[in-house]
Amino acid sequence: MEDRTQLNRNLAQMLKGGVIMDVTTPEQAKIAEAAGACAVMALERIPADIRAAGGVSRMSDPKMIKGIQEAVTIPVMAKCRIGHFAEAQILEAIEIDYIDESEVLSPADDVYHIDKRKFKVPFVCGAKDLGEALRRINEGATMIRTKGEPGTGDIIQAVRHMRMMQSEIRRLVSMSEDELYEAAKQLRVPYELAQFVHENGKLPVVNFAAGGVATPADAALMMQLGAEGVFVGSGIFKSGNPAKRAQAIVKAVTNYNNPEILAELSEDLGEAMVGINEQEIELLMAERGK
Amino acid sequence: MKTKIAILALQGAFEEHCQVLERLCVESVLIRNLSDWQQPFDGLILPGGESTAMMKVMKDESLFEPIQKVIRNGLPVFGTCAGMILLDDQHLGCMDITVKRNAYGRQLGSFQIFHNIKGIGEVPMVFIRAPYVERVGGRVEILSTLDNHVVAVRQDNMLACSFHPELTEDTRVHRYWLETIVNGKH
Repeated sequence: MEDRTQLNRNLAQMLKGGVIMDVTTPEQAKIAEAAGACAVMALERIPADIRAAGGVSRMSDPKMIKGIQEAVTIPVMAKCRIGHFAEAQILEAIEIDYIDESEVLSPADDVYHIDKRKFKVPFVCGAKDLGEALRRINEGATMIRTKGEPGTGDIIQAVRHMRMMQSEIRRLVSMSEDELYEAAKQLRVPYELAQFVHENGKLPVVNFAAGGVATPADAALMMQLGAEGVFVGSGIFKSGNPAKRAQAIVKAVTNYNNPEILAELSEDLGEAMVGINEQEIELLMAERGK
Repeated sequence: MKTKIAILALQGAFEEHCQVLERLCVESVLIRNLSDWQQPFDGLILPGGESTAMMKVMKDESLFEPIQKVIRNGLPVFGTCAGMILLDDQHLGCMDITVKRNAYGRQLGSFQIFHNIKGIGEVPMVFIRAPYVERVGGRVEILSTLDNHVVAVRQDNMLACSFHPELTEDTRVHRYWLETIVNGKH
């Protein structure tokens, strides 16, 4: 494997057991860092507001991203549209630490994702199932997250995607070697990636939960379902007390298996984001880019 | 008696250290909170990850002072990357060093190299948004220097490096720590 791919997978390993928070200003970035975020995602509008505003949403202003890079010492990520390799080139030029080729923004290409192997900078991509995850990895993604349903505060889709991935992984593990060829074909992925999953019982890259996490209990649920860390978007800065909720989610990810600690840190968090149920939303972002 | 190593598991790449120890047939336990801390062990690993996140949780979980105390009392400790930052004079204040965070810049500055460590030889070194030591106190032994920057140090019961031995197949740095500090007479 190329050095760069390995180094980029390694950075994702350093983020494990941590929380990556969406922030829109340097002030929010500082609150996130002080609360114990292991990285921040710089974007102009958090998913809940993108959803409310409608219209085409694009990569953020590089100046705004640079402001956040200057405000914190932890890694800074930013989103580009699916397939929009020029936006990705711009993000690489400002030395972003991780690019999220994200369905939260309006897709720029309905056929092709970015050829992420052409870049030095690492990419994280969303996936609903094992096939999507391995296709993104084959294109060069060095970190995967569930798509969930961003900006809703509803965890059901992230749960669905994580359960789907885990059960498909278990299925591959249980197969005999000669069944793997057909499985790879059905998943529309290279045989080597199917074989890796078969032998190791996990993806070859770090896998986070994202999309709909609003409470410490949501974060703990996703960790117990097999996530290695959590992205929180609208859930923090759309809530009553962002700093307190952010800290609580960070601690919930560390002690996801300890109900006593979870009970304690779930107390007095103030208003959670209101959220929308999946039946009430008109736009399913998770259906973008397969 | 069998050696047991505690690994601070608040955030970061702690599983990778478990796997190295497993390969070396050494038992390990993960420390996520104060009650995990109440068991006996022979050494402590501070893993890579984000030092700000680890500091925050360490303080909130009331682990900061107990950890500082046992290290100062001589418990063998090994810090990699963020773990080295935690050991310096700005954080736990255990080693007589000052560490510069993100010294090689952002992720585009991350790199891998084969390089020499005193007492071990040439090992693969993986630097991920890595720090280096910018001030070394008198009692600190420098084990490796790369382009004039100190990247591995030892002081009494403490070993620390800028890079991540736990991300490679090479187990020699861990073995060195186990043999010379945990099971040796430092």
